[in-house]
Amino acid sequence: MANDPAEMVTLKIPRPLYTRLKQLIDGTGFRSVTEFATYVLRDLVAHPGKAPDEEQRKEAQPLTETELSAIRQRLRELGYL
Amino acid sequence: MIHPHGGRLVDRTASGDDRERLAKEAAQMVQIPLNQRELADLEMIASGAMSPLEGFMAEPDYRSVVDSMRLVNGLVWSIPVVLSAKTEEHENLSPGSQVALVDEVGHALAVLDLESCYRVDHDYEAQLVLRTTDDKHPGVQYLKSIRPVYLGGKIHVLRRPEHRDFTRYRLEPKETRVLFSAKGWNRIAAFQTRNPIHRAHEYLQKCALELTDGLLIHPLVGETKSDDIPADVRMRCYEILIENYYPRDRAVLSVFPAAMRYAGPREAIFHALVRKNYGCTHFIVGRDHAGVGDYYGTYDAHAIFGEFDPAEIAITPLFFDHAFYCRRCGNMASMKTCPHGKEDHVFLSGTKVREMLSHGELPPAEFTRPEVAQTLADAARQDAKA
Repeated sequence: MANDPAEMVTLKIPRPLYTRLKQLIDGTGFRSVTEFATYVLRDLVAHPGKAPDEEQRKEAQPLTETELSAIRQRLRELGYL
Repeated sequence: MIHPHGGRLVDRTASGDDRERLAKEAAQMVQIPLNQRELADLEMIASGAMSPLEGFMAEPDYRSVVDSMRLVNGLVWSIPVVLSAKTEEHENLSPGSQVALVDEVGHALAVLDLESCYRVDHDYEAQLVLRTTDDKHPGVQYLKSIRPVYLGGKIHVLRRPEHRDFTRYRLEPKETRVLFSAKGWNRIAAFQTRNPIHRAHEYLQKCALELTDGLLIHPLVGETKSDDIPADVRMRCYEILIENYYPRDRAVLSVFPAAMRYAGPREAIFHALVRKNYGCTHFIVGRDHAGVGDYYGTYDAHAIFGEFDPAEIAITPLFFDHAFYCRRCGNMASMKTCPHGKEDHVFLSGTKVREMLSHGELPPAEFTRPEVAQTLADAARQDAKA
């Protein structure tokens, strides 16, 4: 189970970094620095060689204008728009 | 717009020269016919509905998902998405080869780059994924019907499975995302169902709609068990319900092509993650979500979400208790919002509803909308004649 203490290990980070991370997650859905750090590290492991930044968060293959137009047209024809 | 699971919407559709070449080569490859579940899964992998999956699970991901509800890369994933061998020849295929995945008439739908061909223990899979090995469970019956050897690897999709039904309702994730954006919706609640929508379900949806900008009614139309109401009957019910009782600019009906696993809690996680890929930000989880019989606790599908960091799931589950019409409250309510006893609640079991309909009797309007009841009764009458 994700939160089973027996399955967790302790990592140490510099206190100033911890404080900065705590400020960063305030008002987000992350309940703790641990939760946030786990999320970021999992993302890093899933995409080795790329730092998790804003660009990483964007869809890798956004639709072209032609594709977007075609989809909108189809949605109109089907009565959704 | 909420990001797809894993960060990008997968698209495994082959195109251009690649497609031409693979289509030609597929004719010479070992052919693996897909069953109904595998056809549905292929379609959803192709469209990105199952992002980040890029094919049928190879052994490492399969074992990781069964054991820990995570892919090897750590992303949450609760249900194995696998391709079973259909003959002894398939069981002896070597990794590194390519095989053609074909439909029931032999059309090559995709080419699979075989990464692993592996033997599994269906009892073990059933115990962990379905929480039972009881032969009466439809998910266990499915496992017993397939060979315990799976083939995994990325797929290159040449053509989608053909559909003649619900063609105006078949939207893929990139289409629903464009739709939600065009409507100016930022928060979208998804509702999954394999049943007709009765007043209790309608109540849950409308509570969700109060908190969001729009509602995606997303009924599953893939393979279900034989005594579930057929998809075509259900779709007529959904259409008539939405036409009469839902604001047109707030509710969208589109079909979810998945096959049903009846895996209860694990399937609730799966359903939520897939709806995130469709662009939904919220997911309605009622009582006994994706359950069957009494294999799962009524709210096990709520509890399982607590096993993950919310940020890993990212789509927000909306948990609802058992809902009903209360005569004393004079409105729809749930166990959380109604102080009165069962004697004041209008509730009918699925069995009772089927019995009433088979006798041409309509359930009360407090249980189901008259138009829906009439549609179901007409269908039951047709069924009895056949």
